[in-house]
Amino acid sequence: MLAYVIRRLFATIAVMAVVAFFVFSLLYLTPGDPAAVIAGDAATSDDIKRIRANLGLDEPFLVRFGGWVWALLQGDLGVSIFTNLPVTHLIGQRVEPTLALTLCTLLVSVLVAVPLGVLAAARAGSWSDRAVMAFSVLGFSLPVFVFAYILITVFSIELRWLPVQGYRNFAENSFWDWLRHLILPSIALGTVYIALIARITRASMLDVLAQDYIRTAQAKGLAPAPVLVGHALKNAAIPIMTIIGIGIALLISGAIVTETVFAIPGIGRLTVDAILRRDYPVIQGVTLLFSAIYVVINLLVDLSYMLFDPRIRF
Amino acid sequence: MNRSLRIFAAACLAAAATGLAPWAPAHAQQKVLKFIPQADLRILDPIATTAYITRNHGYMVYDTLFAMDEKFQVKPQMLDNYEMSKDQLTYTFTLRDGLKFHDGAAVKAADCIASIDRWSKRDALGQKLAEATASWTAVNDKTFTLKLKKPFPLALEALAKPSSNVPFIMPERIAKTDPFKNIEDPTGSGPFKMVKAEWVPGNKVVYVKNTDYVPRKEPVSWASGGKVVKVDRVEWIYIPDSATAAAALNAGEADWWEQMPPDLIPLLAKNKDITVKNIDPLGSMGMIRFNFLHPPFNNPKMRQALLYAVNQQDYVIGIAGDPKNGKPCYSYYTCGTPLASEISAEPLKGARNLEKAKQLIKESGYKGEKIVIIDATDQPIVHAQSLLTLDMLKRLGLNAEVQAGDWGTLITRRAVKEPVEKGGWSIFHTWLVGPDMVNPAVNFPIRGTGEKAWFGWPTDSKIEELREAWFNASDAASSKKAASAVQQRAFEFVPFIPTGQFILPTAFRSNISGVIIAPIAFLWNIEKK
Amino acid sequence: MTAVTTLPAPVSTSPTLRQFKEAFRRHPTAIVGGIVLLLMILLALLAPWLGTVDPQAVTPIKRLKQPSAEFWFGTDMLGRDVYSRVVYGARVSLSIGIAVAFFSILVGLSIGLVTGYLRWLDAVVMRVMDGLMSIPPVLLAISLMALTRASIENVIIAITLAEVPRVVRLVRSLVLTLREQPYVEAAVAAGTSLPRILVRHILPNTTAPLLVQGTYICASAMITEAILSFIGAGTPPNIPSWGNIMAEARSLFQIAGYLIFFPGVCLSLTVLAVNLLGDGMRDALDPRLARRM
Repeated sequence: MLAYVIRRLFATIAVMAVVAFFVFSLLYLTPGDPAAVIAGDAATSDDIKRIRANLGLDEPFLVRFGGWVWALLQGDLGVSIFTNLPVTHLIGQRVEPTLALTLCTLLVSVLVAVPLGVLAAARAGSWSDRAVMAFSVLGFSLPVFVFAYILITVFSIELRWLPVQGYRNFAENSFWDWLRHLILPSIALGTVYIALIARITRASMLDVLAQDYIRTAQAKGLAPAPVLVGHALKNAAIPIMTIIGIGIALLISGAIVTETVFAIPGIGRLTVDAILRRDYPVIQGVTLLFSAIYVVINLLVDLSYMLFDPRIRF
Repeated sequence: MNRSLRIFAAACLAAAATGLAPWAPAHAQQKVLKFIPQADLRILDPIATTAYITRNHGYMVYDTLFAMDEKFQVKPQMLDNYEMSKDQLTYTFTLRDGLKFHDGAAVKAADCIASIDRWSKRDALGQKLAEATASWTAVNDKTFTLKLKKPFPLALEALAKPSSNVPFIMPERIAKTDPFKNIEDPTGSGPFKMVKAEWVPGNKVVYVKNTDYVPRKEPVSWASGGKVVKVDRVEWIYIPDSATAAAALNAGEADWWEQMPPDLIPLLAKNKDITVKNIDPLGSMGMIRFNFLHPPFNNPKMRQALLYAVNQQDYVIGIAGDPKNGKPCYSYYTCGTPLASEISAEPLKGARNLEKAKQLIKESGYKGEKIVIIDATDQPIVHAQSLLTLDMLKRLGLNAEVQAGDWGTLITRRAVKEPVEKGGWSIFHTWLVGPDMVNPAVNFPIRGTGEKAWFGWPTDSKIEELREAWFNASDAASSKKAASAVQQRAFEFVPFIPTGQFILPTAFRSNISGVIIAPIAFLWNIEKK
Repeated sequence: MTAVTTLPAPVSTSPTLRQFKEAFRRHPTAIVGGIVLLLMILLALLAPWLGTVDPQAVTPIKRLKQPSAEFWFGTDMLGRDVYSRVVYGARVSLSIGIAVAFFSILVGLSIGLVTGYLRWLDAVVMRVMDGLMSIPPVLLAISLMALTRASIENVIIAITLAEVPRVVRLVRSLVLTLREQPYVEAAVAAGTSLPRILVRHILPNTTAPLLVQGTYICASAMITEAILSFIGAGTPPNIPSWGNIMAEARSLFQIAGYLIFFPGVCLSLTVLAVNLLGDGMRDALDPRLARRM
């Protein structure tokens, strides 16, 4: 197993190298010049030229890429062109809100979606099944920002139950204050995810429930609940885990929008801002981080297979 | 799942423990002003960029030698007194007592000279002053002199320049930085100190009251007078989504929203605790800018044709939503300021005359060349103007299209001098705040210095001569006359077309008082109950 | 977003008409979905004859008018007729959905078929696909949009690029299962050439799951387009798409809700319809699951 993990980690590095090169080239080709953004509206072409030279942006592609990789190997992601703050510092500031938001969403989604999916599968064809399925289709059909606005209008403006925007950090605020600020964003972000997981859970449960050993267990007169959870869900877990892993990328995309609407200072917002301003070092750093997270989570998902299916050995 | 559940349980316990722990907020009794700024503060250097948000940051942490009041009079701010020699060639400045930088060092003459020097390498008016300057000399720590080669009537106005770039005074060690390189250290001598450790770019900037600051005794008027800080702490909370910002103000999560889209006024007007006000007496001016290097707008007839077609009423409504928040302004100077007039403005002002416009287009020999309008969809003011101009050009039978991107793309793309087939452009839109268009000196889009001019690169030696003549005008009457001559030429040459004057209202909750009526949101003098 | 299917490799061969009919009988919702989709396509095709005006014509004086007899769906910030924009928007949104589905299946299928069969290529391609997948689609789209400029083609390319890896994975897993099938092994033993094996034996068996996957991609592409517009990297703003209309009016959602309501309803209905159709097809094409319904 250790060998497997090591092999996977090497593959991870390969993936990240692909991403790094891809992103760097993409940025190199992208029109848009941080020097122009820095100079402001009233600057002239000459001003911009001088700023660009100062930033080293007029060097050839390979020199810049080489320099960046070299620094990266030393753990240095560079310095934001605009704020002059280290990229690692900027990312560090933003990790907590995004982590809180995605974990909260993930947790809520799994806690809501898996039981829903199991319920729907257990009562396939019933009204409760249809209701779950209807929801799982509806969940896909509204862009997350529209849904977020509806939540704000109802719960923050009309009912005044929850705050409109912002994030409270965990360490300095009360738990409730922290949680309050996460409820609406998590619901907004989680809807698609709940729909997705509920759907997959139902499908794979149906698959498993059709298998002979479940029928045997039922025939033996085992109570429905232990059969469902103990036997069926455990065996249906692998596709569910896979989808959760793949869904992380979706979650990050969704987080960009959610963080914008709810003014949460997370990584997603940092990324969009950096792209709009062409803050190259930040974009590169963040993308690399995203791909690392994605790859690691999928590795963890793969390893978790062992938990659910002892037959799997690496 | 078991493991993740366990982790969650642990996290919850930890969280609950934190929640129960006696929570002693450091600034609970403090008065904290929560301010939603117009943009996100990214660059701390008000000399290296002309971005308005950085200028506003500058007013928080820095102070200026002079400041302009609401009557456009130059008033000393950091200075105790100043003198001008009879021949108008030597100025002597004396700093007032008690000025200290945030690091505790006293403000000295050398700091001022270094700061002005750096500023004059970037700012257009500063460069003009530098051309006329023979030397800056420190007489002692508190006194310094400016010697001119020739009289420069605008010397003090330049030092009191209210908008970008403002000649802020920084410590000498910082002011020595290359003016094309961003400074990182926000140490100034202004009424607030920035807490850099709490700065989260894209989200929050924190300032605290500078308790060492000694305000002037005079009443406040624009940036002049006593900058008395009446809160302990100011938090700039940047909210990128305007609907969310409105909701936040409505819910009391913020105290003051610097600039709001006028369309959202009804949303806040319902709330008795919120005041929506136009505090900016000068507003901003929209503009259509041409590319002078390529057909069709290298032909003055084409540009004049558009003067007859542009309907400022449409642009004002398109930008400001309600006619209350804007008005047409048929002048190349900010309406409501001394030099503004409607001299030679007939083509832009009279009844819209599409026939005349079409005739001029015909005379220009327009052959159906493609006109590319570059648009930035993330800037509503640019975006609205772009779509209005597109519609107008189509009605004139011109071959026009909008190419949309973000602001970052627009400002890069507008630097491309190639024709449209090779990634160039024909028209872009932007806007300038009122103070940036008050006279020929600061009004940079009006200039005709060719390759060195602002994007579009018009060449017009005549307007340059007239502008030079204005610099040499010594009294108000001749200044006005010279400025009018510049405008007259501008309506012939059409370096850009003003699309109207509009005001973005500000909104604050009723627990806030003392908001200064000025073209810039200043945060001193504000009281919070 | 896309339901990355966990479709088990199909036992059946290509679908038959009877199976379709059967499934639709069992699934009235799928029929409703089909009808709604058909109506939307008609709406798109017939846009100029449905009492519309130029969807790009601005009239600032008539801005933000409530829905009325003159403006059925009201007017937007620049006085454009929202009804016309929504109707014309159907063209753009549907084209994007269908084009993305088509191209991502096409590209994903080609790559997946080849890599699933050539082991040496497999490792390289899958690492590249992993890399692509690990960049959030929205991020990819924004960069691409900035790379050239906002246009419908770019929106399609950006979303397609993000969807392709998922299709490749699906196809690859199908191929890996199929190549172990006796009849494929027999063909290999008989010395059939690789392209022939792929086209004759493998390709037909991927049709069904890909068709289903295609509907999900189509639905999710329309939503993604809206999200791209929200971030400012979507369809050029003068060209109306449902997502675009909503994104442009988003700050006014409390003041002029109709600006979001009408395109929102159209988008939701269509996405819903496409998803229902996809579910119906999945059940029709996958009898093992259909039996349980």
